[in-house]
Amino acid sequence: MSDLESFRAETRSWLEKNAPSELRQKATDPDAIVWGGRRPTYVYPQSKRWLDVMRERGWTAPTWPKEYGGGGLSKVEAKVLAEEIFRLEMPPPLYGFGLQMIGPTLLQYGTEEQRTEHIPRIVRGEIRWCQGYSEPNAGSDLASLQTRAVRDGDHFVVNGQKVWTSYGNFSDWMFLLVRTDPDVKKQSGITFILLDLETEGVSVKPIKLISGASPFCETFFQDVRISVENVVSEINAGWTVAKALLGHERSMIGSVFGAGRRAKKRTDVLVETARRTLGEREGRIQDDVQRDRVAELLIDQACFELTVQRSHDGAKAGQKPGPESSIFKVYGTELNQRRHEAMQSMRGPSAVGWEGPGFSEEDLQQTRDWLRSRGNTIEGGTSEVQLNIIAKRVLGLPD
Amino acid sequence: MKLVLDDDQQLLAKTAAELVSRDDALKRLRRLRDEKNENGYSKEVYAKMAELGWTAIPFSTDQGGAGLGVAEMAVVLEALGRALTPEPLLSSVMLGGRSLALGRFSESSWLDGVIDGSKRVCLAYQEPGSRFDAHHVETSAEKTTNGYRITGEKVHVLDGSGADAYIVSARSSGDTAAAAGIDLFVVPTRVGGVEVAVQRRVDARNAAILRLERVELPATARLGASGEGAALLDSVIDGATAALCAEMLGSMSEAFDRTVEYMKERVQFGVPIGSFQALKHRAARVFVEIELARSAVMAAARALDAGDDRARALVSVAKAKCSEAFLLTANEAVQIHGGIGMTDEHDIGFFLKRARGAEMTFGDAAFHRQRFAALSGY
Ligand SMILES: Cc1cc2nc3c(=O)[nH]c(=O)nc-3n(C[C@H](O)[C@H](O)[C@H](O)COP(=O)(O)OP(=O)(O)OC[C@H]3O[C@@H](n4cnc5c(N)ncnc54)[C@H](O)[C@@H]3O)c2cc1C
Repeated sequence: MSDLESFRAETRSWLEKNAPSELRQKATDPDAIVWGGRRPTYVYPQSKRWLDVMRERGWTAPTWPKEYGGGGLSKVEAKVLAEEIFRLEMPPPLYGFGLQMIGPTLLQYGTEEQRTEHIPRIVRGEIRWCQGYSEPNAGSDLASLQTRAVRDGDHFVVNGQKVWTSYGNFSDWMFLLVRTDPDVKKQSGITFILLDLETEGVSVKPIKLISGASPFCETFFQDVRISVENVVSEINAGWTVAKALLGHERSMIGSVFGAGRRAKKRTDVLVETARRTLGEREGRIQDDVQRDRVAELLIDQACFELTVQRSHDGAKAGQKPGPESSIFKVYGTELNQRRHEAMQSMRGPSAVGWEGPGFSEEDLQQTRDWLRSRGNTIEGGTSEVQLNIIAKRVLGLPD
Repeated sequence: MKLVLDDDQQLLAKTAAELVSRDDALKRLRRLRDEKNENGYSKEVYAKMAELGWTAIPFSTDQGGAGLGVAEMAVVLEALGRALTPEPLLSSVMLGGRSLALGRFSESSWLDGVIDGSKRVCLAYQEPGSRFDAHHVETSAEKTTNGYRITGEKVHVLDGSGADAYIVSARSSGDTAAAAGIDLFVVPTRVGGVEVAVQRRVDARNAAILRLERVELPATARLGASGEGAALLDSVIDGATAALCAEMLGSMSEAFDRTVEYMKERVQFGVPIGSFQALKHRAARVFVEIELARSAVMAAARALDAGDDRARALVSVAKAKCSEAFLLTANEAVQIHGGIGMTDEHDIGFFLKRARGAEMTFGDAAFHRQRFAALSGY
C-alpha cells in the first residue's frame, strides 16, 4: 500500500470510530455549522464532541503547521481527509473567519509572537474573529477609510466606526484597518491591526437584514487602546496585508457558492425541487421552460466547477495562477443567485412565505435564503468592483 | 482527468500557432469567398497540415495513425480556429476518417487516404427535415441481391464540395426518427446516381447538398454491423462536436483579443474607448464566458479520450457553452468596433458569421441543453 492509501485507510477507520453518528448526512445543514469562540453554541450537542476530536489532531486546519497546532498534512493528504469526511457527509468541525481569513494571513505576515498567540486558538476554535474593513463612507473605495489610530507610546488610540461587521456581536477579536497617516496617498497610511473586542471603548450594535436575520453589526470605537504589538506587518503597510486577505476571502466566497462537494447536493436539490413542484414524467421535469432553465444553470455550474478544477490542476502542474481565478468571485456568487431565483420561480406562490401557517418550513427557509443570496454580489467586494479588477489587471484596459 | 496541457500538447499548440501565424488564413477565406471557389480551401495548405501529421492524430497506430486523441485534435483546431482557417481537417478526420475507423471499413485505402491527406471523406447525415436530430433519416437503403440501393437527399454536408467519398446515413427499416434501422454507407463520389451541389453559407465555409438517386452499392459498403449505424453516428458526431468546440474556442478568443486591442487604440472624447466602464464590464463578462468555455472544451475532449461515462454530457456542456459564448463574443465584438465592424472590409464580421455557422453545426445551445437534461436523468 502506498503511503497515501494507508493514510486513507487509517483516516477512514478513525473517522468511522470518531465521527458522531448524529451528524452524519448533515454536511449541508446550516444548524451543523460551528463557529467556536469564547461563547460557543451548538445546535446539535454532538457538534462539540466532533470539534473536540478533530482539533486534537489539528484537523480543523489540516494543512497548517503542527507547531501552531495545525494538522501538518500535505495538500494531497488534506484532500484525502476532505474526501473521507465527505464520504460520511459530516459537516466541517469548525468554520469561520479565523480559519478562512486571518489565520492564513497571520501565517504569511504575522510575527512569531502573533502566530504563537493566535493560530493555536484559531485551530482550537477558542476565539471567533470578525472583519473590520468597511465603514459608512468606505465600501468599494475601501482605501478611503477614516477610523483613526493615533500613536501614544507603545499603544494606538483608535476612534471611529466600522459597519457591516459580520457576526460582530458574537465575535471575540476583530482584525481591522485603521488610518495611521492621513497626510499621504490613501493606500499608504493604513495599518492592519488586531483587537480584542472586550477592550474598553468598543461597542457593537446589530443591524437587521432584509432576510430578517441580524448577522452583522455596526462597531464603534471610542478611545480604544491597542498595543502596537498587535500591528500585522509594518505600520502604514496595512493595505498590502488587506489585499492579501481579500484574495483569501474572494476565492473562498467564490468557491463556496459555485463549486466543491456541496455543489452536487445543491444540484440534486434543484432537480428534486423542480420535479416536486412542477411535476415529472418518468423522472423528466414536465415544464419544458423550467427544464431548460435548470439545464442551463447546471451546465454553467459544470463549467464553473471545471474552471475551479483547471485552476487547481494548473497550480499542481507548477503553473502560476492564471487569469481564470479572477472569475471565481463574480461568477460563483451570480450562479448562487441564479439558483435561488430558479428555486423561487419553481415554488410559485409558495415562494412568498414569510412565517406562520400555510407554508412549509422549507418554503420559509427558501425565501430567506433567496434574500440572503442578494448580498453575495456585494460582500467581499461587489461584482462591479470584480469586473473593474478583471478589466484592469487581466485585460489591461486603461483607466 | 487533468485539465492541463502536457508537454507534448504544448509543443503541438506551439507548432500549430506558428503555422497559423505564418499563413494568413482569413485573407484566404475572404479571397476564396469572393472568387466563389467551390472548394473553399487551399489544397497546398491542407497538404502541409497532412505533412505535419495532423490528419493522422486520432487514429490508432495499427491503422497508420498517430495514436493520439480528441484532446490533441482540439489543440490543433483551437489554433486553426484563431484564424478561421477553412481547411477541411475537422470534417475529413473527425467525421469521415473516424466513421471509417470506428466502422472498421474493409477497404483500408480510404482511411489510408484520409490519414495521409490524399483523400477527403465527408459525413452526409443531415436532411432537410432533420434539424439537429441525427436519427431523423428519410434516406432509404433498400436491400438488393448484391447489396443496397440508396435514395435520398442530404444537406449541410460539411466540406462536401470536392470530396472523394461520403459516409451516408440511410434507413433500411423503422420510423423516420427511430434509432433502429439506420446504417452508414461509404458512397464514392464517382458512382452513378450521386449529384453534388454547392451550398453557400453565411460563414463562407464549404458545404454541399448531396442527392442520391437509386445509388447501387455492394454489401461491403456498409460500415459496422447491420443496425449499428445510429450508435456509430452518435460516437462520431460527439467526437467532432468536441473538436468543433475547440475550433470555436480559438475563434472566440481571437475575436475577443482583437476587440480588446481595438478598445485600447480607438480614441473618442479624447480617451481610448477602453477606459469607458460600460465597455470594460462587458469585456470582462465576455472574458469570464470564454474562460468557462475553455474548461468545458478541455474536459469534453479528455472525457471522450478516457471513455468516461460523463463524456456525452460533457460534450453537451461544451457545445451549449461554446455556442453561446462565441455568439456573445462576436456580437459584442461588432458592437464595440462600431460602424467599422459592420463593414465587409473589416475582418471582425467574419467571426460573427462563423459564430452562427458553428452554432448551427451539431446542435445549438438549446438542443444541447435538452440533451444534457435527458442524459442527466431529468
Ligand atoms: C452580507 C454582507 C456581509 C458583509 N460582511 C462584512 C464584514 O464582515 N466586514 C466588512 O468589513 N465588510 C463587510 N461587508 C461590507 C462589504 O464589503 C461592502 O458592502 C462592499 O464592499 C460594498 O461597499 P458599500 O456597501 O459601501 O457599497 P458602495 O461601495 O457604496 O457601492 C454601491 C454601488 O456602487 C457600485 N460601485 C462602487 N464603486 C464602483 C466603481 N468603482 N465602479 C462601478 N461601480 C461601483 C457598487 O458595485 C454598488 O453596486 C459585508 C456586506 C454584506 C452585504
